[in-house]
Amino acid sequence: MRLLCPNCGERDLREFYYQSTAEALIRPDLDAEDAVWDDYLHNRDNPAGKTEDLWYHEAGCNAWIVISRNTVSHDVLDAQLAARKRLSNEGKK
Amino acid sequence: MKLYRPLPLIPTGGVHVLELIAKSPLASLLPISCGSVSLSEDVVGCISLIASKKGQEAQLSGVLKAAHGMALPATNRVTGRAGARCVWFGQQYLLMGPEPDPSLNSVARLTDVSDGYAVVLAQGSEIEHVLARLVPVDVSRAVYKRGQTARTLIQHINGSLSRVSETAFQIIVFRSMALTLIHDIERAMQSVAARDRL
Amino acid sequence: MRLDQDSLVDQNFPIKFQFDGMSMTGFAGDTLASALLANDVRLVGRSFKYHRPRGIMSAGSEEANALVTVGSGPQQEPNIRATQLEIYEGLEVFSQNRWPSLKWDLLALNDLAAPFLNVGFYYKTFMWPKSFWEKIYEPVIRKAAGLGSLSGQANSERYEKAFAFCDLLVIGGGPTGLMSTLQAGRAGMSVILADEDNRFGGRLNSEKTQIGGVDADQWVNTIVRELSDMPNVRLMTRTAITGAYDQGTFGALERVSKHLSSPNKHLPVECFWRIFAKRSVLASGALERFIAFPNNDRPGIMTASALRTYINRYSVSPGRSVAIFANNDGAEQTARDLQAAGVQIAAYVDVRADARINGDFPIYRGASVCDTSGRLGLEGITVRHAGQEINIAADCLAVSGGWNPTVHLSCHMNGRPYWSESLLSFLPAENAIPGMVYAGAVNGHMSTRACLQSGVVNARSIMKDLGKSAAALKIPDAEDYAYGIGAIWSVSPSGKQRSWLDFQNDVTVKDIVQSVAENYRSVEHMKRYTTQGMAPDQGKNSNVAALAVLADATGKGIPETGTTTFRPPFSPVSIAAMGSEGQDKGFAPERFGSTHQAILERGAPMIEAGLWYRPSYFPRPNEKTWRQSCDREVMMVREHVGVCDVSTLGKIDIKGPDAGHLLDLVYTNKFSSLAVGKVRYGLMLREDGHVLDDGTTARLNHEHFLMTTTTVADSLVMRHLHYVHQCLHPEWDVSFASVTEHWTQFAIAGPKARDLLNGLLDQSIDNEKWPFMSCGQLNIMGISGRLFRISFSGELGFELAVPSRYGDSLFRILSARVEELGGCCYGMEALNVLRVEKGFITHAEIDGRVTAFDLGMQSMVNRTKDCIGKAASQRRGLNDVDRPRLVGLKPVGSVKQLTAGAHLFTLQDPAERIYNQGHITSVAYSPWFGYFYGLAFLKNGSERFGEQIKMVDHVRDIEAICEVVPPVAFDPDGGRARA
Ligand SMILES: [Zn+2]
Repeated sequence: MRLLCPNCGERDLREFYYQSTAEALIRPDLDAEDAVWDDYLHNRDNPAGKTEDLWYHEAGCNAWIVISRNTVSHDVLDAQLAARKRLSNEGKK
Repeated sequence: MKLYRPLPLIPTGGVHVLELIAKSPLASLLPISCGSVSLSEDVVGCISLIASKKGQEAQLSGVLKAAHGMALPATNRVTGRAGARCVWFGQQYLLMGPEPDPSLNSVARLTDVSDGYAVVLAQGSEIEHVLARLVPVDVSRAVYKRGQTARTLIQHINGSLSRVSETAFQIIVFRSMALTLIHDIERAMQSVAARDRL
Repeated sequence: MRLDQDSLVDQNFPIKFQFDGMSMTGFAGDTLASALLANDVRLVGRSFKYHRPRGIMSAGSEEANALVTVGSGPQQEPNIRATQLEIYEGLEVFSQNRWPSLKWDLLALNDLAAPFLNVGFYYKTFMWPKSFWEKIYEPVIRKAAGLGSLSGQANSERYEKAFAFCDLLVIGGGPTGLMSTLQAGRAGMSVILADEDNRFGGRLNSEKTQIGGVDADQWVNTIVRELSDMPNVRLMTRTAITGAYDQGTFGALERVSKHLSSPNKHLPVECFWRIFAKRSVLASGALERFIAFPNNDRPGIMTASALRTYINRYSVSPGRSVAIFANNDGAEQTARDLQAAGVQIAAYVDVRADARINGDFPIYRGASVCDTSGRLGLEGITVRHAGQEINIAADCLAVSGGWNPTVHLSCHMNGRPYWSESLLSFLPAENAIPGMVYAGAVNGHMSTRACLQSGVVNARSIMKDLGKSAAALKIPDAEDYAYGIGAIWSVSPSGKQRSWLDFQNDVTVKDIVQSVAENYRSVEHMKRYTTQGMAPDQGKNSNVAALAVLADATGKGIPETGTTTFRPPFSPVSIAAMGSEGQDKGFAPERFGSTHQAILERGAPMIEAGLWYRPSYFPRPNEKTWRQSCDREVMMVREHVGVCDVSTLGKIDIKGPDAGHLLDLVYTNKFSSLAVGKVRYGLMLREDGHVLDDGTTARLNHEHFLMTTTTVADSLVMRHLHYVHQCLHPEWDVSFASVTEHWTQFAIAGPKARDLLNGLLDQSIDNEKWPFMSCGQLNIMGISGRLFRISFSGELGFELAVPSRYGDSLFRILSARVEELGGCCYGMEALNVLRVEKGFITHAEIDGRVTAFDLGMQSMVNRTKDCIGKAASQRRGLNDVDRPRLVGLKPVGSVKQLTAGAHLFTLQDPAERIYNQGHITSVAYSPWFGYFYGLAFLKNGSERFGEQIKMVDHVRDIEAICEVVPPVAFDPDGGRARA
């Protein structure tokens, strides 16, 4: 499999480290209810189709990347720097 | 088993009789060559990591140009030349050669990493075939031109790979992995050379 | 029998080789199969299950019978297809799966026992008693049924991996692939053309035919010459594309030196390529299939196309009197080639009553071969014709049941091939592999001209996609026959004879029928029940026929029955090639510190710590065991002073106005309040509340911190820091630099540590200016370094860092100096004893399941701020008093030894899993205290000091009574470190 890095371009899977779904970007407040933290830490969907994952280009540019891909076709649909995505989300709030 | 042998130490009121001797990570390993390809230590001088202060990238490029004669490289690019080079290094930049000018401190944060890396120059007409056995990136001349750099794997080692001429690449890895790096490249060199004789 | 005619073998160049110890001669250009046939060797192996005599049945990678073992000793390689093995001087080959010899195989008794060895036999028979399976049934079955074996010795031969990139990968170098490559090559695209054969041409190498008015091999040579001159085209022969994967990735196995008599030692045996292609043309052709008729597996029976290959390409006739059995028009060429070579045709049998075949030999239309005879090789066939059965003498039978397009690669990403009623074959599903098109015979183009045309058309469609252009290639004149075929899958036996489908796994028509009778009716169930299609040939020869038989037995049509899934690899790939980058020490990089050489010179054995190598202990001449050295080193540190290289601990420079904020979020405790010139111990959690890592962080400047990590967590913590910055707080202005390797750092520990330093530093230090947990920059012998007053031993301790280029030199000076002070260098063993005595934790304790609460460090989770893992760490389950919590243990019974990994039980409970109270993580013999001391996690341990507990090591069979004590045994007040 080859993944897209917004900095380095298309690269072999072996250069990347997988973290979790991109939901990890939305960290609950410290005083959020237990159920909210449960969902954040442990409860995951297992979609057949589009998914957004958080990958780290460890053997490359050290960027954290949100990659959307299709778990059925294995198509890589989009890749964004997590930092940029996070900042633009902040801007929208 | 070798016996430890105490060094003669004669303390003489504040005068150093002892001296710290510098040793390169590649000194005993290079140069080597095999077939058309050779490996040598790239003695680059000072190596500094440059991290732009937030929002200062444009200014940093100007200051760097004024101080050292090269602009800040774009993503996946190298600027400057042998002796004074700036390499895109992922989240930061690597200034190789000169001691960084103090003017850079206004727009960037500098970290001296001169002793943290082993820097190897790999050159020869078949260097691309050698790298094809080590690097999961297309380094053919048509797509990977002079001034191109990549942070990628060299066999199992995370490193930096820059094309510095038609037939030469600069490879940078952490100092501790110099032996493995040379071993892995040498194996690939031997294999490519052996194929030539087929 | 060798024929006297021109072909691709060079009869002026003889080559000697050995088969089962017998010397034989072949010629340059021969495969083992052609050379054996030339030497009239027909019996080459025994079948998998019944040990039936088997011969060569194909001429390519699809061979299911003629598998041999090459070489002996560590290099011995089993299951090599004789049809692909190029002979070379001195080649040694052994037949497989026979004992004691090929002709007298005692296990052929299995064949007589066939009624009992039916399908599902193993499943049904070897069910009980359960304990018999592992010790008796399986070893016996494995000896009786199986292919070749490995030597069991490590093989030092070199294998290799490599990467290649291209615009277009052309899979298959027959007429189709050559035209595609030429067309795309002329358009300037970067093209890789790969073929598993040792020369391009595909079927053209095996047929007597002309292209563009010249002999086919001449045409091939002209094209290949032009392609070799193109810098943008890479030609790869002996290279099988073995798998199609995501994003245009292909696996390919290149046989680099397997055909060489004495290859250069640096030359790999094989190279496993990962090819990344923007587009691909599948031009893999088609494979001729068998017909399942009774006793169709005797040596001497082969596909008609294989027979033509042996005659035309290798000048070998596999028989002197050859019969032909076919259901399609393609086989007619076989008769013509046999006649041209002067070989007698015993019979031409076509199942079609209206077959268009004429010739000066016996022709049986509307007929079938219904039996064969001959014990170790074919002697005759029985033809069922016009209600009669006729026996005909023949020593070779060429069979053509039609052609199966080689669709395998198109199925590797879940593509399901579709059934073509006109070809009676499966064709590849459209768009089954992103970027791949199908050209030539694989897509049902059965004539040479149609293939040439298809190669050009498909290359041009890709060129258009990628915006490339070149003049369209003219299609040369070539054979252009219309392919006709009549359906036949199996010939019913007149008696109890078996008709073989899967030669490699010994599966017969009857097995499939029985599978259906036992209700294994779906194709996937049938495959697993009968094992049809599971062998190395992956059903290349049998899948289509087997499912046609299945469809017949279930009454469903072939399209409804469908195929099983073709999975990679297309042909077997040796593990050595796939894992070549992991051979020997190639598994991972080795990391050596700047002091490595100097440490070796002092005779220290090295141990691995993550990827690093660190000294275990520094033996002195009178010391016979590691424990003697270790005990001495510990005591010298406690009483005098010791030096230890601690450079492998991760060091991360954290700079910027938000560095303090970042550290406050990453660590449980507060760092933004740390004064410049001070060091603080910090604990890091994962977001799920468990401990990630620990270490000290120094504040060197207002906006400059230096974090240390444990040796193994260096890159893990760096990744974590980037995560927190980029994913959680990209607005922060902070940057990280790994300086682990820039600095070589030495721990100098013991009552005389300051004395040692004061002899070397450019300015002297005292307790007032350099108190416990202080840090700063200073010079040593004129070189700028860093000093940290920290201690991992409980003694007065410093860590001194210099740029790594001086590491070797400084170590030599320190190690000489430390001895003058009555101290020594110490290694990992002593370091471990010193820290265990102090109750300091390492990753033996923080193993990923441990919380701050478990370590008794809950007070380090600051109440006034957030941190990663704080929310989770406050949850009830992670603060349960009954969780295993850190304690110290000392032996108080008659057994004095403690062992790491041992489990803890109360004195009255039996030492069984359900009574487990915890486990020991670290132990050390303390020369200071004179007994073993251990760190352990014990249920509610912090409330159980003074209690006696039983340690049981089930592995080493040790049981010891211990007293539970606080984890810090040595100098609990910490006075020595502050002295
Ligand atoms: Zn990247």
